[in-house]
Amino acid sequence: MTNIFSWLNAQLLKMEWLFNLIKLLVEKIFGMSIESRIGGSIHFFIYDTIKIFILLTVLIYGISYIQSYFPPEKTKKILGKFKGLKGNIIGALLGTVTPFCSCSSIPIFIGFTSAGLPLGITFSFLISSPLVDLASIVMLISFFGAKIAIAYVIVGLILAVVGGTIIDKLHMEEYVESYVFGIQSADVELGEMTKEERHKFAKAQVKDIIGRVWIYVLAGVGIGAAIHNWIPQSVIERIIGKDNPFAVILATAVGIPMYADIFGTLPIAEALFGKGVGIGTVLSFMMGVTALSLPSIIMLSKVVKKKLLILFISLVSIGIIIIGYFFNIFQYIFI
Amino acid sequence: MIIKILGAGCDKCHKAVENTKKAIEELGIDATIEEVEDLITMMKYGVMSTPGIVIDEKVVLVGRIPEVEDIKKIVEGK
Repeated sequence: MTNIFSWLNAQLLKMEWLFNLIKLLVEKIFGMSIESRIGGSIHFFIYDTIKIFILLTVLIYGISYIQSYFPPEKTKKILGKFKGLKGNIIGALLGTVTPFCSCSSIPIFIGFTSAGLPLGITFSFLISSPLVDLASIVMLISFFGAKIAIAYVIVGLILAVVGGTIIDKLHMEEYVESYVFGIQSADVELGEMTKEERHKFAKAQVKDIIGRVWIYVLAGVGIGAAIHNWIPQSVIERIIGKDNPFAVILATAVGIPMYADIFGTLPIAEALFGKGVGIGTVLSFMMGVTALSLPSIIMLSKVVKKKLLILFISLVSIGIIIIGYFFNIFQYIFI
Repeated sequence: MIIKILGAGCDKCHKAVENTKKAIEELGIDATIEEVEDLITMMKYGVMSTPGIVIDEKVVLVGRIPEVEDIKKIVEGK
């Protein structure tokens, strides 16, 4: 049983067949060893690009199909039934299945808040949405293995629940722009989608998301290939290696303003990890990139006042840093 | 009949408007199409994922681009 599972994991998720195929291509057709610098870079670039696009297509389709059951309009209604910690947990969990890009964070924030959902629950949802989505879980399994993926999801959810709970306990309602509360938002009554409609929705999502992220993926794979073969290990180790106690903080600080999604970040993370950077440092970088970005912060600043915005950014950043150190310390369990 | 397309100027929303216009034309009915880009108005309808379609003040579809046939079905069902 374990053998079947590890074979499936190796072939379907890690795509060893593709690795070997591209190796053949580079060695037999281009006439370069993948141990050489250029050959290695070319191999990394072609293999990672194809692998990510295959995974992306399959994953976005499957996940969009599931997500079609949980549009934000429905999530709002579900969340309205829960209070307190339970609400934060359900909010964080629903964040993983609701279709979401940072462009819809404002409508969702206004929609949830004006409907009377507690601020803490809305923030649990907003933190978990970009951080832990179903696609990223499968991608993480493919790149880093199941243990790390599961641990990532659990700590991501904990961060969302704790962050939301703290915002709730601090009673930050007065720091939401007052016009938000003035909106009378209606509940939408929608019929269930048919199977065919879900299929069409999922197909459209694949087209839309790939159209949006392909450039980030190529950039990410390019940077990953450069790290993989051109930047000496000693340089990377000196900057964000295991001996630098500030590596996690540095990785988080670099990741936060960046705007990309997990698909573009993974090849960079993979290459850094391959160079001996601690898994916690790598995860902090990825979480920083996905959870917070300049565009999403600017958008959020339109609906919440400075104090709440700063609290939100600090909570998430500190959380990511703690998670980074946690993973670095307990690295031996996960690898 | 008044059909409102809710969405803040995204590609998907333009496509939704196009498809709606086509559907109305093909059905040959008399309908006004309005594009709503104002976030607060969208919120009043409870629409958080765009594009959203509102026919005679009732939300009939959110979060996906309807095809011409989809809109025809919805309009004819009215």
